[in-house]
Amino acid sequence: MSADPGVAPVGTSVEGAGTAAVAPWRRYPARVATFCLVELQKLSHDRTKLLTRAVQPVLWMVIFGETFNKLHAIPTGHVPYLAFLSPGIIAQSGLFVAIFYGIQIIWERDAGVLTKLLVTPTPRSALILGKSFAAGIRASAQVAVVLVLSAILGVHLSDDPLDIVGAFLVVMLGSAFFSCLSMTIAGVVLKRDRLMGIGQMITMPLFFASNALYPVAIMPGWLRVLSRVNPLSYEVDALRGMLIGSPAHLGEDVAVLVAAVVAGVAAASSLVSRLAR
Amino acid sequence: MSGDAGAPRGGTGDAPAVRCLGLRHRFGEHVAVDGIDLVVERGEVFGLLGPNGAGKTTTIRVLNTLLPLQEGSVHVFGNDVADAPMAVRRLLGYVPQQLSIEAALTGRENVAWFARLFDVPRRERPARVDDVLEAMGLADAADRLAGTYSGGMVRRLELAQALVNRPALLVLDEPTIGLDPVARDGVWQRVEELRQATGMTVLLTTHYMEEADALCDRVALMHLGRIRAQGEPEELKAARGPGTTLEDVFRHHTGSLLGGADTKGGLREIRTTRRTAGRVG
Repeated sequence: MSADPGVAPVGTSVEGAGTAAVAPWRRYPARVATFCLVELQKLSHDRTKLLTRAVQPVLWMVIFGETFNKLHAIPTGHVPYLAFLSPGIIAQSGLFVAIFYGIQIIWERDAGVLTKLLVTPTPRSALILGKSFAAGIRASAQVAVVLVLSAILGVHLSDDPLDIVGAFLVVMLGSAFFSCLSMTIAGVVLKRDRLMGIGQMITMPLFFASNALYPVAIMPGWLRVLSRVNPLSYEVDALRGMLIGSPAHLGEDVAVLVAAVVAGVAAASSLVSRLAR
Repeated sequence: MSGDAGAPRGGTGDAPAVRCLGLRHRFGEHVAVDGIDLVVERGEVFGLLGPNGAGKTTTIRVLNTLLPLQEGSVHVFGNDVADAPMAVRRLLGYVPQQLSIEAALTGRENVAWFARLFDVPRRERPARVDDVLEAMGLADAADRLAGTYSGGMVRRLELAQALVNRPALLVLDEPTIGLDPVARDGVWQRVEELRQATGMTVLLTTHYMEEADALCDRVALMHLGRIRAQGEPEELKAARGPGTTLEDVFRHHTGSLLGGADTKGGLREIRTTRRTAGRVG
């Protein structure tokens, strides 16, 4: 078979083949940017996902939030309950999106996409970091939904651009950690249905054992301990500090979330190769 | 990960494209690859032939760094897969057995994604993506969602993804499985054109003997984890007498038919094959 003169020169000789190595400090941000871009491209082709993911936070805010706002059953000081709840629902929405992210990596394994990703010059840790921030992109759409909804419901949240950007970053960090947790579980159980079961089993305990719905002060002692080791509580604390101006430990919150992401990336990247075997 | 910075882009000296020595790989008690020696020379099309369970895919997965090297040695253009996995990956283009595109992205976005993952410089990226899409006959469909592509188009899109980093070694794992004859011919025609235009080395696995016979410069016949014979198809057939087919040669060396009742393909491999065939069907 002869060469078609119209064929573009897509390859080269061995000496010029492949691509040059890039420095690790460039590779990690480049991979994160790549996976975030792919997530945005997918969202742009299927915007119905933005709507379907918005249903749950809307229900929590409109039904649960409005009801408890009127009941005054949960003591939140001078802060209206809906304002207190809004940052909790933002964090919860991110959690719900991220905790099932491992299903996607199992689907990618089954579809052969993960195999191809693992053969690119991408360290396992950069792959997981990129995917975890892509999960953060998915989750951060919820921030916008709850901010808009809060405005419609007459809840006053901060309109300082710095606070809003900070809220997006904190949701990205929190969701990155929970997606790493999900991908770690995926690397252990290897099957979609098992991951679904475990995801459903841990989601509500993570949510209720946090300060998303009620202040830590009214929790029984044992629940306070669980809340203390739950990264979701730190995410909610930071969001409340930025969006409703409640007293928060921003430095500690961000440090815990960053440490959780680092640990999550280490755990998930040590297990991801199991999915490709 | 070690072995990345400063690694030779095209490999070392005149090292062959692939050199496996005493490669052995186990899954628990099961020996999938049982001490094979294999050399793929630069610029040739080399076929690894055998039924499900022969050990072809395991061999491919060790040399492309998906599986850890357990025993023996494997070098790709002189780069040790155990010591320099990142250098090896930079030289590879890989099309796995499954249909592995992201259906929620367009063809162009699928290819650009891999261009970024292979660190193709930003200023070269659009032209490179256009070039491979054009070469694979997908320029007109480039901005459609890949989920709308036919099976043959998906395979060509995967080839475009695998070629966007200008690999020195293109690894194709059962690239035509489940495709209809027209789509199969289309895939092989593109591979052959590329090889003629670029001199790229191609390593492929297949259990379609007639395809291997037509396309490969040399083949290795694998069965139950071992290489039973290797050489040029014509040479192997001539050794068995006039009118011999490659399938006859395989039967002579293994005592079995391809896909016969005594093949040992695992459930997962067979399921993958059927799923791929079903998706392209």
